[in-house]
Amino acid sequence: MPNPTLETIFAGIKCPNPFWLASAPPTNCGEQIMRAFDAGWGGAVWKTIGEPITNVSSRYSSIDYNGTKMMGLNNIELISDRPIEVNLREIEEVKRRYPKNVVIASLMVESKREVWHDIVKRAEGAGADGLELNFGCPHGMSERGMGSAVGQVPEYCQRITEWVKEAARTPVIVKLTPNISDIRMPARAAKRAGADALSAINTINSITGIDLDTFEPRPNVDGKSSHGGYCGPAVKPIALNMVQQVMGDPEAALPMSAIGGIGTWADAAEFILLGAGTVQVCTAAMHYGYRIVEDMADGLLAWMRRKNFATLDDFRGRSLPNVTDWKHLNLNYKIVAHIHEDKCIGCELCYTACWDGAHQCIHLDRALPHPDTTRTPQGIAAEAPQRITTTPIPKLDLDGAGADGPYLTPLSRIPRVDEHECVGCNLCSLVCPVPGCITMEQVDNGLAPQSWDERVAAGIVPKGVEHSLPNPNA
Amino acid sequence: MNEPTSFYSQSSQSEEIAARFPDLHPPFDKTAAVAEANRCLYCFDAPCTTACPTHIDVPRFIKKIAHENLEGSAKTILDSNILGESCSRACPVNVLCEGACVLHRYNKQPIAIGRLQRFAMDWLHESGAPLPFTAGADTGKSVALVGGGPASLACAAELRRRGIRAVIYDARPLPGGLNTYGIAEYKLTLGASLREIDLLSQLGVEFHFNTTVDAAMLDQLEGECDAIFLGLGLGAIHRLGIAGEEMQGITNALDFIAGYKSGAITQVSGRFAIVGAGNTAIDAANAAMRLGAGEVTMVYRRGPEQMSAFDFEYEHAKQEGVRFLWHVQPVALKGNGKLEALELEHLETTTDGSLVPIANSRFEFPVDRIVLAIGQATHTELLSGNETKPAKLKLERGRIVIDRGTGQTSNPKYFAGGDCTNGGREVVDAVADGKRAGIAMAAWILSQQTNSPATRDGGQNA
Repeated sequence: MPNPTLETIFAGIKCPNPFWLASAPPTNCGEQIMRAFDAGWGGAVWKTIGEPITNVSSRYSSIDYNGTKMMGLNNIELISDRPIEVNLREIEEVKRRYPKNVVIASLMVESKREVWHDIVKRAEGAGADGLELNFGCPHGMSERGMGSAVGQVPEYCQRITEWVKEAARTPVIVKLTPNISDIRMPARAAKRAGADALSAINTINSITGIDLDTFEPRPNVDGKSSHGGYCGPAVKPIALNMVQQVMGDPEAALPMSAIGGIGTWADAAEFILLGAGTVQVCTAAMHYGYRIVEDMADGLLAWMRRKNFATLDDFRGRSLPNVTDWKHLNLNYKIVAHIHEDKCIGCELCYTACWDGAHQCIHLDRALPHPDTTRTPQGIAAEAPQRITTTPIPKLDLDGAGADGPYLTPLSRIPRVDEHECVGCNLCSLVCPVPGCITMEQVDNGLAPQSWDERVAAGIVPKGVEHSLPNPNA
Repeated sequence: MNEPTSFYSQSSQSEEIAARFPDLHPPFDKTAAVAEANRCLYCFDAPCTTACPTHIDVPRFIKKIAHENLEGSAKTILDSNILGESCSRACPVNVLCEGACVLHRYNKQPIAIGRLQRFAMDWLHESGAPLPFTAGADTGKSVALVGGGPASLACAAELRRRGIRAVIYDARPLPGGLNTYGIAEYKLTLGASLREIDLLSQLGVEFHFNTTVDAAMLDQLEGECDAIFLGLGLGAIHRLGIAGEEMQGITNALDFIAGYKSGAITQVSGRFAIVGAGNTAIDAANAAMRLGAGEVTMVYRRGPEQMSAFDFEYEHAKQEGVRFLWHVQPVALKGNGKLEALELEHLETTTDGSLVPIANSRFEFPVDRIVLAIGQATHTELLSGNETKPAKLKLERGRIVIDRGTGQTSNPKYFAGGDCTNGGREVVDAVADGKRAGIAMAAWILSQQTNSPATRDGGQNA
């Protein structure tokens, strides 16, 4: 097996690797982008070019989680505040010095045919490898009838894409907003208009927090804030879903440059498995710098070697068939939780999660003479303070003191799953801090696979529940 | 009501002692505390809570640090352990809460529970916030507490919270017992102990100092109060029982430690021998090193594997530069009015485990000072009675016999806890004893109200 390669062709654009910087502060100017290319980025989508705007200060805000910084980032920064001709001149310079790297010009201008024609020609004239139409920006620009104000209305999306396609000679990528109930609608509109590719998702409307001393929201601009675009690790599941929705829809699917919470090689692999051609990164680069791309490439190549994939095409979209409607899921598939006693550390988080958050089928009764499913967390918590414990005196109390069972963790602290009652929900395995300690094991119940759809077709579901929506005329 | 007494403001610390005994475990700052708190898994029915004799709800107070509710964190600690500050510094956490942490089986790095607890308690003291709970409505009942150490303090807090008057009698000039006078300064300073006891003054606990309760006074208190708590602690350190012990240069570990903590001793010199190998012996040995002794040697009749000190204390002593002489016992003291040498002989262990001297193995070990740390006697004489008077309550090898759950003695009007009942354990064990006794005493006293007066004077179960 030859060494795998990350080289790929996206909508006709040859890319040294699938890692692009998204149109955002990390791609504000040519000096930055050339440093990014030196670090290993395959491409960059230039910070959106249009008539220069005036920004506010401050602009960013984030939320941390349990001591981890920037689980989610939000911004109220607008498009480029630099003159169009400066951006174009720098694109020209970057392309001259880095001809193999991809430069995409992100564009946003007022909704007039000739204005779009003009900017398209100028960007291509500067040497851009492709164009990205910013129909996603959710703050500020949308109030002026641009950005997500366009992306939220499929007809506008289609109209402007058609104008661009009239003038464009390079591939046209339409960037979609997630601030819409069905992202397939603007995607279909873009495809109808002849777009060559899509990128998704742009940022999500958000307020990241309120200052509890001043009662002012963040990011704070002279005591006030505005809804800003949310991104970062927290949005990845939303982005994965939206990418899948578009790529799973034949009327919408186009080459996809995926965006949303990508910061590692594994994130990239997941998006490619759902059909992405390239991935775009912003928050992770804003957090840690351009250097993160080294492991994105290194890690992805190592994974490809382990999986015997020579090119990205070998696994692109491979997981798409595994996403389906709920009605096609096998209702007769049964798994139950299995606790590996030798790995259990005795934190009992699975126990409390199952009792309060799931189905009350994990019990703390291994050290009792008989299984006892009637002991509640409240009962156990009430027993605890009644125990009398003292500081052990070495060589006196500690001698012979050991765990009450064959495992490192005392048997009384290792929870037991009542497999008969377990519904296989996964919650215990999700809260368990120890890798591989709780596994979900399939149980052979002897039943042939059967989905809801099949049950409906077989007429074995209660009447009236097959498909029910309120009748507006009733 | 008068302003509560502040013992802390009355204390002054020697700068020299502070310089020689800096914090062994320096406090966390807020960033470090929150980062550490976030590592806590928040176990259900947490083993750390079970391991703590006072059952502090550890995950709860740690989560409150993570969520920056420091007031709530401190209250959670104090609710279970009124001496949460000194316990956070003096507890052998390796064998208690931190020893029980499930992370030992995860990534081998237990949560720094002691330091987090100290962080919350320091915050409370430094914020100037009042004690997060108040005394209960006055019941008109009162309890005398003999001894002002951790057991009595914890008991008094429970009584005050239940509206019972609590009056502590202590032989020393300051409260706290060994908490104030007996814990290595690099773990708990005298000032920090007093600062914590100020919380009890705020609860309305009353103190009588320089007051030794004898049998006659005990009878008087018994007549005046609704119940009595005995937090007597232990008595003097055992003597060697060999000739020359009155010689200059021989002291005991408790006097030595109290001496430097109160500022009476600020430096020492010469060669020290510490006799004994318990935790107190190690505190004394480390103190001698830090106070400037030329050489400090611990002398013990058995080997390192049998020493009663915790392993981490032994390791600490080695790091301080303390030396060790194993399998030897003192047989004579040499000197002419002033100590010059300790005569030792080698011991061997027989098959049945007893120690016997090795013939012709005596040797002289030159020393200038000897510190004895070979265990403390009990001092429960005031309870043991005599020819004319029966014993007040049941004793066993000098220790007061109690019901573990309530602290009640064989005499129902008397409750007891701490070292005088367990023979000498940790501060936190004394606090747990005192807390259980305080809760049980209050219930017992208030239940006497509803019973006939005849049962009130201790007739029940006597």
